[in-house]
Amino acid sequence: MLAAAGTAGYRRPMLAPPSTVPAASPLYVCDATQPRRLERALQDLGGGFRRWRLAAALAWLDIRNRYRGSVLGPIWLTLSTAVMVFALGLLYSSLFQLSLAEYLPWLAVSLIIWNMIAQTVNDACTTFTGAEGIIRQMPLPYTIHVLRMVLRNALTAAHSLPLALLVLLLFGAMPGWEALLALPGLVVVAVNAIAVGIFLGMVCARFRDIGPIVASVMQLAFFLSPVLWKPELLGERQVWLPLNPFYVLMEVVRGPLLSGGAAPVVWASALLWTGAACAAALAFFVRFRGRIAFWI
Amino acid sequence: MPHIRAEGLAIEFPLYHLGARSLKKRLLAHTPLRLRQDASNRVVVAALRDLTFSIGPGERVALVGHNGAGKTTLLRTLAGVYEPVGGRLEVQGTIGSLIDPAAGMDQECTGRENILLRGLYRGLDRQQSAALAEEVGGFAGLGEFLDVPVRTYSAGMQIRLSFAMATVMAPEVLLMDEWFLAGDADFMERATRRLERLVADADILVLATHDMSIVRAWCTRVIRLDAGRIVADGPVAEVLEPAPAA
Repeated sequence: MLAAAGTAGYRRPMLAPPSTVPAASPLYVCDATQPRRLERALQDLGGGFRRWRLAAALAWLDIRNRYRGSVLGPIWLTLSTAVMVFALGLLYSSLFQLSLAEYLPWLAVSLIIWNMIAQTVNDACTTFTGAEGIIRQMPLPYTIHVLRMVLRNALTAAHSLPLALLVLLLFGAMPGWEALLALPGLVVVAVNAIAVGIFLGMVCARFRDIGPIVASVMQLAFFLSPVLWKPELLGERQVWLPLNPFYVLMEVVRGPLLSGGAAPVVWASALLWTGAACAAALAFFVRFRGRIAFWI
Repeated sequence: MPHIRAEGLAIEFPLYHLGARSLKKRLLAHTPLRLRQDASNRVVVAALRDLTFSIGPGERVALVGHNGAGKTTLLRTLAGVYEPVGGRLEVQGTIGSLIDPAAGMDQECTGRENILLRGLYRGLDRQQSAALAEEVGGFAGLGEFLDVPVRTYSAGMQIRLSFAMATVMAPEVLLMDEWFLAGDADFMERATRRLERLVADADILVLATHDMSIVRAWCTRVIRLDAGRIVADGPVAEVLEPAPAA
């Protein structure tokens, strides 16, 4: 009787007439003339979030398998970021003629947040194509694959957290309680990650050229967004910065950690971009969810 | 009551990455049977075409047909992997699918971890998963290897493990691909007994196979597919030629 509960977990019907259905026998109806796409997409999202434990287990396995057999394992993530921070810190502090104490905390926090965002966006492209083996064999909510991708990147990013704390401590730049404002910032980033995972995951499954395009766009965005350089360097023109989605998403986390909080205009822009990302993702998901299995 | 009802069911696989137009034309010119152009000018493979059938409780249905006739695609559609592009499908009952034994198996994980992972895939809670591990471990007879990564297993051990994981369930609608009938002789006897019990407990069996002796032993009805269409549907004796006298 074990699996009776399990196999019923997906697509439990909402429209099954209770009078004619004894016990909990699930009904799966799929009618090409009445696709009920919105209902199915919402069921998929709900089912995926309810089964986050599966997504978390898969994400954890992804990380573990990536570093199998290596001595330091995921510590390599921390180390490579550390090397990058100190090398770039030495170079760019002299290029920008800033003192290390002024520049390094900025660079460390910026770079760690940027890596988190950029890796998530790049990884989002393989959300569904990477799960091909599972998608074609088992009817699971597609949302599970998205959550797996987001949690995997969250775990990766968490490995760099001690580094940020170390640099802030070392240069006496530890923030006060206002640093807790970074938590809602992280929630906004996470919501965006889910939306981007759904959207790019689907688009990249259908059009295989999008992945490389995204990779090069992210490289460009790294230089166009204030990661290495501080927004002040733009002078008057920094008023245009909130139009850059990468800047505002970085800033809602970085602001509280470095400068006591992010400006209201940054928050407003971040929320607007988040809304746009969610709307695009949901529209795509509702319309094309049933096609994903054919695309991969 | 568990049942399967399909009306005009159609599945088409678009061939997206065909590229050049000339290639498209050549493909269409040479295979007028199953490749065609859909409304938006894509070349599509008609995997299943206009299937209408209904399977009631207690029926044991064999899907037979040549390679590529659409047997596995139909199983996957019944399982809910592919959404039909045309027609209507209704499946009532908990579905158990034995389509790909290795699906969701992580080669780097130990046998026990894989069993717990499978429990999560099925949506079981911790307690149920632990019980699953006990039962699967016992049946697969892996002994101490249960705590060793799966990639170090011999092919036979892997098959035993996936078979044991896949068959710990009591679904109302059992979808099975013929893979599950292959295995090493040593294990086959126990495996066959277990499958027979599983089949007996399920309300509906849909089995894709080439093995006519299995069909005769287990099934009450045969649906013969050819190029994505049903060409014959009826009791075993009617659809199959009489058993070879041997």
